[in-house]
Amino acid sequence: MSLRLKSFVAAAAVAAGVSLLSAAAQAQQTIKVGILHSLSGTMAISETTLKDVMLMLIEEQNKKGGVLGKKLEPVVVDPASNWPLFAEKAKELLLKDKVAATFGCWTSVSRKSVLPVFEENNGILFYPVQYEGEESSKNIFYTGAAPNQQAIPAVDYLMENEKVQRWVLAGTDYVYPRTTNKILEAYLKAKGVKAEDIMINYTPFGHSDWQTIVSDIKKFGSAGKKTAVVSTINGDANVPFYKELGNQGIKATDIPVVAFSVGEEELAGIDTKPLVGHLAAWNYFQSVDNPDNKAFIEKWKTFTKNPKRVTNDPMEAHVIGFNMWVKAVEKAGTTDPSAVIDALIGVSVPNLSGGYSTMMPNHHITKPVLIGEVKGDGQFNIVSQTPGLVVGDEWSDYLEGSKDLISDWRAPLSCGNFNVKTGKCGGKSVN
Amino acid sequence: MRFARLFLALLGLALAMLAPPAARAADLDAAFARIATENFNEIEAAIGDLAATGNDKAATALQAMTDGALVYAPATKGVFIKKADGSFLDARTGVAPAEAPFATKPVRVNNRIRRALEAALGSLTLLAPDPAKRLAAAEAVFKSRDVAALPALDVALAKESDAKVKRVMTQARAAAILAKPDATDAEKVAAIDVVAERGDQDALSLFANLRANGAPIVKMAAETAAGAIERRLAVLSSVQNVWYGLSLGSVLLLAAIGLAITFGVMGIINMAHGEMVMLGAYTTFVVQELLRTRFPGLFDWSLAIALPLAFLVSGAVGVLLERSVIRFLYGRPLETLLATWGVSLILQQAVRSAFGANNREVGAPSFMAGSFDFMGLQITYGRLWIVVFCAAVFAALLFVLKATSFGLKMRAVTQNRRMAACMGIRTPWVDSLTFGLGSGIAGIAGVALSQIDNVSPNLGQSYIVDSFMVVVFGGVGNLWGTLVAALSLGIANKFLEPFAGAVLGKILLLVFIILFIQKRPRGLFALKGRAVEA
Repeated sequence: MSLRLKSFVAAAAVAAGVSLLSAAAQAQQTIKVGILHSLSGTMAISETTLKDVMLMLIEEQNKKGGVLGKKLEPVVVDPASNWPLFAEKAKELLLKDKVAATFGCWTSVSRKSVLPVFEENNGILFYPVQYEGEESSKNIFYTGAAPNQQAIPAVDYLMENEKVQRWVLAGTDYVYPRTTNKILEAYLKAKGVKAEDIMINYTPFGHSDWQTIVSDIKKFGSAGKKTAVVSTINGDANVPFYKELGNQGIKATDIPVVAFSVGEEELAGIDTKPLVGHLAAWNYFQSVDNPDNKAFIEKWKTFTKNPKRVTNDPMEAHVIGFNMWVKAVEKAGTTDPSAVIDALIGVSVPNLSGGYSTMMPNHHITKPVLIGEVKGDGQFNIVSQTPGLVVGDEWSDYLEGSKDLISDWRAPLSCGNFNVKTGKCGGKSVN
Repeated sequence: MRFARLFLALLGLALAMLAPPAARAADLDAAFARIATENFNEIEAAIGDLAATGNDKAATALQAMTDGALVYAPATKGVFIKKADGSFLDARTGVAPAEAPFATKPVRVNNRIRRALEAALGSLTLLAPDPAKRLAAAEAVFKSRDVAALPALDVALAKESDAKVKRVMTQARAAAILAKPDATDAEKVAAIDVVAERGDQDALSLFANLRANGAPIVKMAAETAAGAIERRLAVLSSVQNVWYGLSLGSVLLLAAIGLAITFGVMGIINMAHGEMVMLGAYTTFVVQELLRTRFPGLFDWSLAIALPLAFLVSGAVGVLLERSVIRFLYGRPLETLLATWGVSLILQQAVRSAFGANNREVGAPSFMAGSFDFMGLQITYGRLWIVVFCAAVFAALLFVLKATSFGLKMRAVTQNRRMAACMGIRTPWVDSLTFGLGSGIAGIAGVALSQIDNVSPNLGQSYIVDSFMVVVFGGVGNLWGTLVAALSLGIANKFLEPFAGAVLGKILLLVFIILFIQKRPRGLFALKGRAVEA
């Protein structure tokens, strides 16, 4: 080996050693936080925003000095709207990157796909989107709304304020709308609505030809009783649905539509003038008028360098989830998942709708429920707000088989589906 | 003496208060004071009070409220109309206030208030000079079935000269009588006859209550009238299904017609076809954005301007794709499929990076918005134009293929490539232009689809499977086959949907096509002759 080559090898070895060392040093100084949101594929439209909001929160926390004296380091992966890939990427985050907590998923099927991975490897997942309930996992924290925090208050509002007697439950054909509609149907029947006054309709993902269904709704709505549509239509199918409503001249004063999946972000792609008065139920609206929310919107616009960017409910859920995690880690004094999972229960942080949200023993949080009417500028006019906070109910009280179940992950019980009638825990996690 | 003077003064005051103009002014002021609140119940009541005054100031204020321009100052309870230029008018007097009000808030509106507003404005504008306004007012009263509007309706009916407005007013009056608790049975039966003339869903919904719990004679009249309307609506609904089917079919045809050339005529499995459609839609978006900022007056022309541009953009991308990828893969369908699928992903992600993952707003020019009533059939202008446009594109394409020298060369190359080459046709050149033509037409389809679907990077994906289905079903290489296939699939889909639901309907159609292809592998209109074997 020539001298030159030798010195080259030595230099390379030193360089490699240094970089290894510095990597090790860095690993000690930072806490990794996983972000598991689709940045490509069909769900990118909704999930990209959540990745951005997480990056903003982490940057902000680092400016405040990080957590436990260490900087946070975001690890962003792209599961590309592909459900099996979600599980794979989750495994990668937990085993390879050893993240302390993960924030991610949008659709229920992606959550179901990563659930066993998080349970097997004892990870922590914060799930920020409203969902159908009927699930409880030791390793998942649900910061979005359960059906009783969104769907049921919305139906109550329509019954009381709009005196609705006939109901169209329209949804995209997958697990969230199917379960939510099952719960709503049971709830409406319990309230004395007759079966012939409920119309249930499912459409495929990305359905774009709404002519027949909208004209059916119109027909159903002209039976002499006040009619409303409860929409669990998901994603891209909403735009052609609302366009068709507008084209066929159905106004919110005739047949109001209350949607659970349409927020500020979704309205940004539509001309909202024909939609004025249609409703949405969420736990947060950008138009909530309080200083916390104003500051948050300002930060978000500066961070994205876009004065037109809007905020929405799942973003607020991530803000709550992230702040809860930071508080729990500081309380536990470690990022060890088992300790943090225990510390998270009972943690309270301010939400952006005014008030404090608390993590309950069933891994769901307390939230206010707001009903908003669409305004001409794509924002919502808040027409109703629950006086107090509503506790997320994972096992619906209106469904056979789940009404006797409760979930309590605190020490002696530590069970996700405890049956209060038989006094037995049904197993680790039943989906 | 002093007492007498005082008494006289008091009497005069009382008389002044009794006199109608002064009394109305007092009502108006009270109603305006009532509206300056956060409470929806109060606001709704105030609207009723305002409508009851019959004052034109009230009508102006209510109109402003509908437009979201009625504001109030919480501190002084003053109510103002905010004009577009930011200045204020006092709603009570109609003149500009001495000093601009401070910290105003818009009067709150929700659906219930909006309904009350429509009804109130309806009864207030029944005498408006503009017949269109009177018509809208009459429709609003018909919808609200407001018994309180009856006197106003009678006055308006006596003065009305326009036949159409008069008819709607008569119907509105009948609807109000049906809702009136103390109307006699004879009045009700007469009203039923008037309302039955409408023959639509609204009329039917008016009868629903009477059929359930009216007096026997009223019940019978309602039953007969409703029966006739129901029979008419049943016939109408099949006509409506055919129309919906035609409109869905023309959307399918637009999406598939470009593929009928690239896949049908050239035999290239082009998975990136949907992305050509998407590029066309984004071209429309860019054109509209430019027009909106630079030449707002030209907005109604945006689609016409976007059409040639979309054709050029998608066509150019198509030619580029053919020259750089596909020409190396002729005769290797599997590899073409994979390569073009990869290209489709690249195009999607490129658009996502350039424009963001969110839906983009593409507006409808004024001539495409809204709908009209054709013999009781609601036809939306947007859909109508798409059907017309689709027919025009189809005719233009047929013309290019059958009557131009380029079309002749294209057909020659696809029928017998070597013979065509011997005749001096530059076959690679024809290939790439043909592919460009197919892609360009996909781009044009994108302009139309931007009107009814999301403009998002995923736009193309949702059409690619349907497009292949249409081309395969219609028979590869046959434009007329594509036309027939698209329309029959569209109409079949719309007739299945009411019975089977949208999900099952789609499945049934797919199963049908699979079975059909087993029986006739070459589709509805199979090409015959030597070209098939080649």
